[in-house]
Amino acid sequence: MDVLKKVPIKEQDPKVRAKNFEEVCLGYTLDEAVAEASRCIQCKNAKCIKGCPVSIDIPGFINEVVNKDINEAYQIINKYSALPAICGRVCPQEVQCEQVCIRGIKGDPVSIGKLERFVADWARENGIKPSQPKNKNGRKVAIIGSGPAGLTCAKEMAEMGYDVTIFEALHEPGGVLVYGIPEFRLPKEAVVRPEIENVRALGVKIETNVIVGKSVTIDELMNDEGFEAVFVGSGAGLPKFMGIPGENANGVFSANEYLTRSNLMKAFDSSYDTPIITGKKVAVVGGGNVAMDAARTALRLGAEVTIVYRRSEEELPARIEEVHHAKEEGIHFQLLTNPKEILVDEKGWVKGMRCVRMELGEADQSGRRRPIEIEGSDFILDLNTVIMSLGTSPNPLIISTTKGLESNKYGCIVVDEATGLSSREGVFAGGDAVTGAATVILAMGAGKVAAKAMNDYLLSKNV
Amino acid sequence: MTDNNSYTISKKVKLANSIHLMDVIAPRVAAHCYPGQFIILIADEKGERIPLTICDYDREAGTVTIVFQALGNSTKLLAEYKEGDAFRDFTGPLGQRSELIKMPKEELSKKKVLFVAGGVGAAPVYPQVKWMKENGYEADCIIGARSKDLIILEDQIKQYAKNIYITTDDGSYGMAGNVNDCIKYLVNEKGQSYDLIVAIGPMIMMKYVCILTKELGIKTIVSMNPIMVDGTGMCGACRLTIGDQIKFACVDGPEFDGHLVNFDEAMNRLAMYKTQEGKSVLREREGDTHHHAGCECHDN
Ligand SMILES: Cc1cc2nc3c(=O)[nH]c(=O)nc-3n(C[C@H](O)[C@H](O)[C@H](O)COP(=O)(O)OP(=O)(O)OC[C@H]3O[C@@H](n4cnc5c(N)ncnc54)[C@H](O)[C@@H]3O)c2cc1C
Ligand SMILES: Cc1cc2nc3c(=O)[nH]c(=O)nc-3n(C[C@H](O)[C@H](O)[C@H](O)COP(=O)(O)OP(=O)(O)OC[C@H]3O[C@@H](n4cnc5c(N)ncnc54)[C@H](O)[C@@H]3O)c2cc1C
Ligand code: SF4
Ligand code: SF4
Ligand code: FES
Repeated sequence: MDVLKKVPIKEQDPKVRAKNFEEVCLGYTLDEAVAEASRCIQCKNAKCIKGCPVSIDIPGFINEVVNKDINEAYQIINKYSALPAICGRVCPQEVQCEQVCIRGIKGDPVSIGKLERFVADWARENGIKPSQPKNKNGRKVAIIGSGPAGLTCAKEMAEMGYDVTIFEALHEPGGVLVYGIPEFRLPKEAVVRPEIENVRALGVKIETNVIVGKSVTIDELMNDEGFEAVFVGSGAGLPKFMGIPGENANGVFSANEYLTRSNLMKAFDSSYDTPIITGKKVAVVGGGNVAMDAARTALRLGAEVTIVYRRSEEELPARIEEVHHAKEEGIHFQLLTNPKEILVDEKGWVKGMRCVRMELGEADQSGRRRPIEIEGSDFILDLNTVIMSLGTSPNPLIISTTKGLESNKYGCIVVDEATGLSSREGVFAGGDAVTGAATVILAMGAGKVAAKAMNDYLLSKNV
Repeated sequence: MTDNNSYTISKKVKLANSIHLMDVIAPRVAAHCYPGQFIILIADEKGERIPLTICDYDREAGTVTIVFQALGNSTKLLAEYKEGDAFRDFTGPLGQRSELIKMPKEELSKKKVLFVAGGVGAAPVYPQVKWMKENGYEADCIIGARSKDLIILEDQIKQYAKNIYITTDDGSYGMAGNVNDCIKYLVNEKGQSYDLIVAIGPMIMMKYVCILTKELGIKTIVSMNPIMVDGTGMCGACRLTIGDQIKFACVDGPEFDGHLVNFDEAMNRLAMYKTQEGKSVLREREGDTHHHAGCECHDN
């Protein structure tokens, strides 16, 4: 074995997986995991831990994998993260823990994410549960939103003994993990549901179908229902559109709508009632993870799919692994291309999209080179469906119904970074609702920070 | 895997052939809802999210009343539920309160208001007429339908409306003709001068009412029912063109100034999964790939 190279991981054949919704990555076997774990040199001052937003004791759990004590490895991870099978799959490890791994200086970094996934999957398959909190203090805290931020905050609070209730607007808990990220990257029944059940097993209650701001307000929760503190993890679910002509034609969807129909409402499974329009030729506008997910979903529903992105491949914001998988599966890319108009047939349906070619100019404030239109380079893409994946922002509902809750010009809740405390006493916030669309693990990190601060706040209030 | 109460149907009444009324136990919704808002329910594990207007509510009993017409797959499935059965999910209240409720009291008290209800539109009109009366305002109401057996909630609305007018397309009950004929009759022949019309019914009806009331110069509020998924502003399926702006019906509406609504676009979008035309377009575009039961159903 070449210790500079990571142990390769098995994946479904691209040709096969392009036609099903089963998971792309198949995970390590025990032997493969042990071999990969042995590449870790157990650094004394482990940099990888600092690269992880929830500071998992990475050498600690990896060492137990080497010892083949996977149960112990799981108990170590569980001290830091409620959702390891999820993070092991969707964390952008290449810019976090693995980016700073010593092994990466010369050769491949240790596949920390894949090992984490292995441990979590093994624990689940072998019926290993996180241990129960010992003492209950009976004090009530409310968590708004059941995405990674809310689930993590709930877990931490429950372990400290609080009586925790999560309020979720949709009919299933999980946030983006259930409505956004597709089945083939993150299986819902097999992976997401059991990790949420683990949080519930700590005594956390989840009340779905409660839209805070509509079904109940934060003030009512605190004044009438006896919640002493509130954590807002309501995410950033509001889709953007381009504002170009033809955008309201039949066959134009936001990525959120498309993915929600397919994931949350299970439109890809014909035994469910929700319809979805596939279209033979689909364009997805945008270049992030969400765009890749929408494109690969449409592909699996039988379409020929093109990603339309205005900068070049280098600037694609999606994870490299996702772009690589999309290409393998046969997604086309029209890079340095920007839509100008959606063309509509006489029945009101999409029939094409007029686009223009772009070139990269000077770097802008974000440090990325700004795309500029090349005059006279218009051309038409033949299409039946357009999916807009231009980013999302926080839903204004909670801010508009909670007096004194401050937000910034992007609609994000303003908090003290070190504690997650908002401008309202007893109200904390974190995750996409604070940062705008980011990542699962950053949302979890924020949930954790807030839980610690909430506990401090409640203890000091007690005195 | 959650800790909700179930949403039990405490009462079911058949109002007309294929039109049903249900009281559903949903305390959080009942405690916070107002006329003009709607709920979303999911019948069972594999059901769609179905938006329905709140027709009445009892804050003490914790119930919310819905009225629906069994048309396509999903609403037909609802019709099979009996008293004592429970829905899997029931959420709300969604959308904004009625424009009337948001209006300052001094302003509303000066207005002469006419409600125009078409078909099942009587259900969302009813709580508004009731609210008006209970808050000391008077209003007239037109109820229109294709024929007598489709006129619903007449007795209930009568309790609260100052004057009530019935029209049927086939003349089987009340005045013969559509709601526009009735509006014209009231304004042109009876000399009624309305300041505000609230029209709720099928989009096509609301479109033609708005064309007429624009001519008559009467401000008109309509309640839009586009296709929705989440109902919380997350998907944009419900987007409408209102004047020169794009609005999401589920959060900005469902009520809008009818004279600003682009009805043709809205009707086209509504047909996406729905009408014969929409379906044949789908079939043409997608061949057999479109296997979905939700799209093979009915005509209306
Ligand atoms: C398609 C897609 C793919 C992605 N892929 C990746 C990836 O590969 N890796 C990665 O790290 N990140 C990925 N992300 C980003 C990541 O999912 C998010 O950053 C993360 O989920 C944010 O977590 P959160 O808890 O802040 O919010 P969310 O996950 O958005 O959860 C918020 C929850 O709050 C609920 N809510 C909102 N308002 C209310 C209210 N008023 N009352 C009650 N409940 C409310 C929502 O319904 C939702 O369930 C992806 C995102 C999308 C959309
Ligand atoms: C705010 C609002 C309030 C409403 N209030 C009422 C009411 O009080 N009473 C009533 O009878 N109806 C009401 N509707 C309409 C009702 O939701 C639809 O008739 C119902 O969803 C159609 O489902 P279907 O499968 O029975 O019909 P079909 O006509 O067969 O629909 C086919 C498919 O089209 C989609 N679809 C069609 N119309 C809608 C819609 N409006 N929203 C979401 N999906 C749709 C669904 O995916 C459905 O499966 C309301 C709609 C909205 C948006
Ligand atoms: S949670 Fe994410 S960042 Fe942390 S160790 Fe796991 S994969 Fe790395
Ligand atoms: S930095 Fe890499 S090699 Fe060092 S402890 Fe962490 S995973 Fe192991
Ligand atoms: S229904 Fe999804 S945004 Fe309105």
